[in-house]
Order: sequence, then C-alpha cells, then structure tokens
Amino acid sequence: MQCTFIIYRFDPAVDTTSRYQEYTVAAEPTDKILDCLNKIRWEQDPTLAYRYSCAHGICGSDALVINSRVELACQKLVRDFKTANNFVIEPLPFFKVIKDLVVDLKPFFDRHRSVRPYLINDQAPPERERLQDSETQQFFEPALRCILCASCTASCPISRTNPDYVGPAALLRAFRYIFDSRDAATDDRLEEIDSENGIWGCKTMWWCTDVCPKGIPITKCLAQIKRVLKKKEKADS
Amino acid sequence: MEHRYDAVIIGAGLAGMRAAIEIGREADVAVLSKVFATRSHSGAAQGGIGAALANEEDDNWEWHMFDTVKGSDYLGDQDAIETMAKDAPRTIYELEHMGVPFNRTPEGRIAQRAFGGHTSNFGKAPVKRACFAADRTGRVILDTLWEQCLQRGIKFFDEFHVLSLIVDKGRCCGVVAYELETGALHTFYSKAVLMASGGAGKIFKTTSNAFASTGDGMALAYRAGAPLEDMEFVQFHPTGIYKLGILISEAARGEGGILRNSKGERFMERYAPVIKDLAPRDMIARCILEEVRAGRGIGGKDYVHLDLTHLGEAVINSKLAEINGFARTYAGVDALKAPIPVQPTCHYMMGGIACDADGRVILDDHGTVFEGLFAAGECACVSVHGANRLGCNSLLDTLVFGRRSGRQIRRCVQTVELPPASPEYAAKAASRISDLMNSKGTESLVPIMGQMQAIMMDNVSVFRTGAGLGEALEKIRELQQRCRNIRLHDRGRCFNRNLLDALELEHMLDLAEVIAMGALHREESRGAHFREDFPARNDERFLSHTLVRFTGGTPQIFEKPVTITRFQPKERKY
Repeated sequence: MQCTFIIYRFDPAVDTTSRYQEYTVAAEPTDKILDCLNKIRWEQDPTLAYRYSCAHGICGSDALVINSRVELACQKLVRDFKTANNFVIEPLPFFKVIKDLVVDLKPFFDRHRSVRPYLINDQAPPERERLQDSETQQFFEPALRCILCASCTASCPISRTNPDYVGPAALLRAFRYIFDSRDAATDDRLEEIDSENGIWGCKTMWWCTDVCPKGIPITKCLAQIKRVLKKKEKADS
Repeated sequence: MEHRYDAVIIGAGLAGMRAAIEIGREADVAVLSKVFATRSHSGAAQGGIGAALANEEDDNWEWHMFDTVKGSDYLGDQDAIETMAKDAPRTIYELEHMGVPFNRTPEGRIAQRAFGGHTSNFGKAPVKRACFAADRTGRVILDTLWEQCLQRGIKFFDEFHVLSLIVDKGRCCGVVAYELETGALHTFYSKAVLMASGGAGKIFKTTSNAFASTGDGMALAYRAGAPLEDMEFVQFHPTGIYKLGILISEAARGEGGILRNSKGERFMERYAPVIKDLAPRDMIARCILEEVRAGRGIGGKDYVHLDLTHLGEAVINSKLAEINGFARTYAGVDALKAPIPVQPTCHYMMGGIACDADGRVILDDHGTVFEGLFAAGECACVSVHGANRLGCNSLLDTLVFGRRSGRQIRRCVQTVELPPASPEYAAKAASRISDLMNSKGTESLVPIMGQMQAIMMDNVSVFRTGAGLGEALEKIRELQQRCRNIRLHDRGRCFNRNLLDALELEHMLDLAEVIAMGALHREESRGAHFREDFPARNDERFLSHTLVRFTGGTPQIFEKPVTITRFQPKERKY
C-alpha cells in the first residue's frame, strides 16, 4: 500500500530555515517506520539523514517525532498508526538539529555525566561477588531498561523551559545508583540533586513516562528519590 | 586535523571499552566509533555470559573448556580456550564490582542459567553456567563499561568512521578517520591501534546484526596486510524472528523453551537426544532447515515455532521480558499465549583478524607479529570459537581478550616512540573521498548491496555446495568491479550517510569474497560450515585454520595448524 511521509528537512550547508518534504512509499502494514525511512533513502533520496543501528529498539539511536509523538522509528510499525497511512516525521524536540532528523545530543550526555553515572564504592571488593538480594535489585530494575534514547528528556516540558534542569534520563540514572545497595555515595548523590535544577525540577507531569519506548515508569522512580529526600529532611529536623 | 595518542581503539563495544579501561590507567587512549558508544552492537546481546562460578550447580573451568572445544568442532585453539575458561570467573566478579546488575540467587549470589552446548561432566547433562541480567545482559554491561570510561575520563570520538590504517615499514602507526558530522578528516598518530570493531552480519540478507555491523575493522586490517582467519565459519542463530531475523535469545530455550515443527513435534529430541533444544547453534540451525526441507515447516513455509507458552508469566516477565516485547512488537505474538515463528538468522563471525591471546595481530604461520596492530572481540580470531561459537562465549571473549589486549598495549606503549607525522595518508584518504564524491560512475550502491546479501544468503549460509560457492565467488567479484563504478547522490559534508554506505559496501564485499573463498577451499563439514558435497568432517586434511591474506593485489589462502592440548578430536554428538 502507498504511504505518504512528510519529513522535516534541514541541511545547514544550503538551508537557512527548515522545510518539509513529501515522499510516497510502498509499504507493508508490518514494516517498521525505520524500514520506510530506509526505503526513502535507498530508493528516492540518499541525502536524507537520520540515525539508526540495531533496528529493534535496543541501541536507542532512532528516537524521532512520528505524528507528533516521540517514538523509536524501529519500534513502531506502519499498522500501529491510525492516520490513514500518512506520516509526519520530525527530529526530537529540544535539541539542536544538525541535519534533517539528526540532533545534537551532547547536552543530553553532558547532563547524564553530571549525575556521576557509575558505581562509587571505595572499599576493596570481596574476592567473589558482592552479595545483593533480588528485592533490592527489583526496585531499581526499571532503570536498567533505559537505552539513553533521550525521548524522555526531549519531551519533558520542564526541560524545555529550564535549560539547566538535568532532566528525567539523568535523574533516572541517579535513581539507579541511589538504590543500588552496592553504591556507597548515596548521601552525596542525594545532596547533589536536591535542587530545582535537580530532582525538584520534576513537577510530575508524566510526559517522560508516557513517551518512554521501554515502558519505564520514570515519574514513579523519580518520586522515590523525592520520598527519600523528604524523609531525610524530616529526620534531620 | 591531527591527534596524538599512545593508543587508538577502533570500536566502542565491550572489547574496545574493556581495553580502554585497561590502557587508560597509564596511557593516553582514544576510542573511535562510527556510532555513539552506547549504540554499539554489544548492547544487543541478550542471554548471558558464561563462567563456571558454580553458584547454582557443580561446575568448573575444565568442563567449560571442554564444551567450548567440542562446540568449536575441535577447531578452536585449546591454549586460548583454556585461558578464556580459566579467566571467566574473575571476569564476572570484575564486572560485578564495576556495578553490572546481574540477576541474583535467593542467597544473593549471581544467578546462572542453562545455555546451548554448556554441560557438566564433559557432556553428561546441561549445566547452569550463563550469568545474566534478565535478557539485556549485553546492554547493561555496555552501559557499565561506558560509565567506567566516563569516570576515568577516556576520550571518545563518536561518529568517526575509520578510512585507513597508517602503516609505515610494517608497523601500524595510527589511522585516518572521517568525522560524520562535519566531513572533516582526522589523522590519529599512535603507538598502537586496537581493532575492536565487531562483526559483519550485514553481508547476509537475514541477520540479527545492527546496520553498523559491516566488518569495517576486519576489512581495514585485511587491506593493510593482516590475514583473516577462519572466515568461512559464520554462525546462523537458530531463532531469529521469521522474516526479520531479530534475535530471540537462546536463553528462551535455557529457561525451558521448546522448538516444534508443523506437527507440534519436539523435533530436537530426534537430533540431540541428550541435550535436545540446548544443542549448539550450528546443529539446531541445520535441524530447523532439515525439518523445513522435509515439509515440516509451519504451514509448509521456511520457519518453525519456538514454544514458551508453558514457562509461565513469572519466568517470562522477570527473565525474558525484552524478547517477549520483540515478539509482541514485531511478530504480533505474545509468547505467553502463542509460539514465536523463528528461522535461522546470521548472527556471528567466528573468524576474524588472526591474533594471539594478547591481541597481537599475527601475519603468518610462524607467528610473526604485525607491529603496532592489535585485535579483540568479534573482529578478532584468537581462536576460541573455532568452527562454531557457543552461546555466552562471545561476551566472555570480548572482555577476557579486550582486557588482555589492553594490558599488552599498555606494556607496548611504554617502550615505543610516537611515530613521526606522515601526512601522505590523510592526503590519500582525502583524494579517495573526493574521487568517490565526484565519481561520474553509472552504478548505484543499493542494488549491489542487495545482490551481495541475496547471493550470500542463498549460496553461502547454512548449507553450502562447491557449485553454489563457486557461483557466489564469481558474482561477488563482479559486484566488486561494479562497486568501483558507483555514483553517490549526496555530495554534502554533513552527515553524509550515502558516503558511509559506499565505504561500508566496499568492506563487506571484501569480506564476502574471503568468506566464499574459505568455504570453497574447505572441502569438509565442520561446525557452522556444512558442505552438502562433503558432509563429513575430515581431520586428516582440514584440522587446520584457513587464512586469507591480501598480497600483491589479490587474496591468497594459506593454512596453519590447530593447537590441541587436552582434548583430542572426537566425533561430535550431543
């Protein structure tokens, strides 16, 4: 069947502003949106730029705005949309466009870095594994599904109004280490994000949870951090 | 632009980043990757990483070694396999200490599960040896190593595509790379270069591999004079989602999943009575296609069913959630309620750049070292996987030999001076790019790529014949000719995927040729290489590694012996 794709285009070498270009693609209902983009690039317009790699929702390269919603192009099929085979494809919002559907994710990863996204534990490890019970791990398990696709941070209304807000993805990573029993920097971590640009920037708008292609209950995870901080505040006073 | 580092690593998957961590302690290291580090294909590994921790059942490294040797159909080098099996438990503990969130036993130890070809007591029964983090083991290890690199301040050059190696008087002195965002050329001078660039599944039509798996590192090393070893051994994973090739992890069978034909029969009982659905991948891939040939594919088509419906919600949701997501999204099937349609999919290259257990690239059968060049991970052939890799051994391979290569490079950079600048390499690369961009050729790259993938799938996949391989080789060489005459349609400098496609296609065609040559040369059947015209293994003639070297403008085949220490070749039955 014929599908119409209206795609955001911007080439910094020739364009002063963005434009939209229309393509017609013969697609099956089971084709991924990424397959359709590939067909356009391979058969009609090799200049179209977008990122992709694993093509099954694990590498996190191809988060795009598809019909006004942030989605992974490789995780959505043509049949998933009730828009009469018409598609509008745009780059992730919030980030600067490099070319067409490719955005500059450097600010995203800089923020990620700011939460010290690694296990901190200065004690010499035991000869074998550190013990950890499954329940502890189950608690932060949702955060392990994160593929750093930036869908949540790009969609977050706070991210868009406060450029210094660290954003849901980075806070989710902080959550992962705060609740990992093997990490020894819990108090420092909590202190580092106890601010309006940190965890209190989150106003529980649920957009992150809504768009997460891995189904992570991000807002709930962030609420757990807030709970711990509230409890601490109470205990301190 | 010019850069100088003690060591340059090509590829930011598990092997590359593990090596970077090892080198970064004492030397300057840069990691170049054509995709952003956390997009690397190591992240797609699902099921687990093998190590005889004996957390769940009695186990030891010797059994692991034996299984790997037998799984390799006796083609793996046993000294290297011993090194890997012995180092496996330490590797797992190290990962755990870095923060990898492995699933746990009720006692809080690392949980383990069964996997294909892994047994206790030298083949007596399946054993739980695979350490795992649900069914996203590769992804969480990739994230953890990347974060460890961030902590250590390792320098990454993301979305940099390497164009060529700088080789001066037989020594590798760096690389020339193309920055995708700007189209700028960068020359990296270094004392050592590590290839850790992964596999090349995209040569075949149906594959579990990412679009980035185009074998660039193997092809670059090959063009620079390094031999490629055992390239004819290409693993087809038995359970890719029908038509799409997306991987359904062996963990599904490790947790009790069963393969069934159109009659609902558990056909693996007939082929491997002892370990059934946990037989190694080469055998199961062939068995599935045998069933299809006998008319027992589902609905007469070329696939079978992977049945997980009896496993229950708890197991599927806690240990196989990701793959059930794939089944739902891509096959429209909920694994809790219905079987998943599966067929073999190109998954892994057992072969690669010939190297030793410290990652040093080896030039010939006397062990002459290619100075300054190292390899680790899927692009390398140590060789620990021989003719067929066992599940769970690839992640292990990347980490054990990534670390060892890193250690060797750390030693090496202390005694070597940084090479002098040699701008002619960048000039050569620049003229190659401009020739490509301005080519008035008449060919388009997409049909060439499609034809390569089709002929490799039809003639060089699970079942092979001399006639089919000969035809494939001829066709590939014709495609190589046509590839020299392609015309690009994007001549811009920013994010020019069209150019990247052309460079990748050249690499894939080189490797396709080497794979077909090796397969034609090896007139026997061993592991993943099955010749219908030579259906038996022939140890007298072919218990040896195949090597292909690019000399004098043409590929040449030679052989080298297999290292056998503890386990003499025996008939391989499960």
